[in-house]
Amino acid sequence: MGEFGGLYDAILNGDQKASVALTRQALEEGLDPLDLIHRYMIPAMDEAGKRFECEDFFVPELLLAARAMKGALELLRPRLAASGAQPAGRVVIGTVKGDLHDIGKNLVSSMLEGGGFEVTDLGADVPAERFVEAVQKTGAQIVCLSALLTVTMPSMKTTIEAFRQAGIRDRIKVLIGGAPVTEQYAREIGADGYGANANVAVALARQIVAAS
Amino acid sequence: MNQVTKWLAAGPLITDGAWGTELQKRGLAAGEVPDSWNLEHPERVEEVGVAYRAAGSRVILTNTFRSNPIALAASGLEGATEALNRAGVAISRKAAAGEALVFASIGPTGKLLMTGDVKPDEVRAAFARQAAALAEAGADALVMETMSDVEEAALALAAARETGLPVIVSFAFDSGRKHDRTMTGATPEQAARVAQEGGAAAVGANCGAGPDAFAEICRRLRAACDLPVWLKPNAGLPAVVDAQVLYSASPEDFAASAMELLAAGASFVGGCCGTSPEFIRALAKRAGACVSS
Repeated sequence: MGEFGGLYDAILNGDQKASVALTRQALEEGLDPLDLIHRYMIPAMDEAGKRFECEDFFVPELLLAARAMKGALELLRPRLAASGAQPAGRVVIGTVKGDLHDIGKNLVSSMLEGGGFEVTDLGADVPAERFVEAVQKTGAQIVCLSALLTVTMPSMKTTIEAFRQAGIRDRIKVLIGGAPVTEQYAREIGADGYGANANVAVALARQIVAAS
Repeated sequence: MNQVTKWLAAGPLITDGAWGTELQKRGLAAGEVPDSWNLEHPERVEEVGVAYRAAGSRVILTNTFRSNPIALAASGLEGATEALNRAGVAISRKAAAGEALVFASIGPTGKLLMTGDVKPDEVRAAFARQAAALAEAGADALVMETMSDVEEAALALAAARETGLPVIVSFAFDSGRKHDRTMTGATPEQAARVAQEGGAAAVGANCGAGPDAFAEICRRLRAACDLPVWLKPNAGLPAVVDAQVLYSASPEDFAASAMELLAAGASFVGGCCGTSPEFIRALAKRAGACVSS
């Protein structure tokens, strides 16, 4: 794995202190930020995703890995920006109105950031008009909506309707997720996709960007 | 003989079903904290408890699932922790009318210890504060429901046991391909160990899946510890009908599956999401017929 293989382990083990320290050291030694990302960081997140799929990792482990990745990426971001590198895509994310649950939403948010997306996280209990404003302000191509309660799922439909009324529905792809949410529900309310877990959400976001 | 053993001496007890959806039928808006109705509309909360008692619940819970100060802080209500919990017990006690026990409901904080979002001493203090208010108001026992993290459950259990009341710990096994892991990955065996080592009066499972998945969880909990088992499954699996989410089981289907949980050795059986007093009535009828035959 080379001289900075420890960065891979730090991210996979969710050790943010170590991932940041190693990234700083690598930059001081003159390593290329893109090389660090492709050789250590993305493979570590891919491995974390695989472990999640085979039930070796659960939500907390994945969340810690994503945070360790995010900490390292924040150090690299100014250099990437200076070299003209663009984010993988722009995403607005939030838990819909009436719903205060945020563990799942935070995980998807961190995983997207770990995947190189620029994420605007609006938090929980977000009214439809705040999603509309955020899309207009950031120029996001993707909106992720989360709900953990069957009774707040209709707020997803209201939010999609608000995008339509604001005339920006065609500019964005809407992905939805949360424990009671299903593929069928996504189709019924006119969402563009459903992520059964954080891994799937990141894969869908990548597909959307690749197709656009 | 401990208190729970005495309560179970005549056989398993039927508990209650969902409260949140019953409160919505009475006007609770989406996004409103159900617990706030303990102070704003106590008479409507009492109606729910009365409906369950009349349907045959011999244990009813309290409308205090979100009333720990960490969860309440999300809606700016942490200052009302004591008032909400005390009112919740008083309402259920009145609804029980001497025919049902009142077990006070305690939900998770909604924050993850493992990621450092909240510290162990804060979690323990939050549960201690809620448990003390529930105990002072006269609850018969405390039930920690929908737990995911065994570490949080252990802290909550230790804090709640300081009241001297029996404490039941119930986990939501909603993850993994077989729906036999919690969101943080805990197995029924790990849950049972934490409950037994922490001095719980019973261990259980609620929410997460429909009754069919619960028989295996019941067997695994019983094999892993000596505690009585508490089960509250959802009313089947959620399905979408006209952009609304409904649970698939009818009260009769649910009661039939719940009878299998009693056969698998559960000591307390009721329902979680999607269940109503009709489900409990169907279950109580079947269970009653079974006992008398």
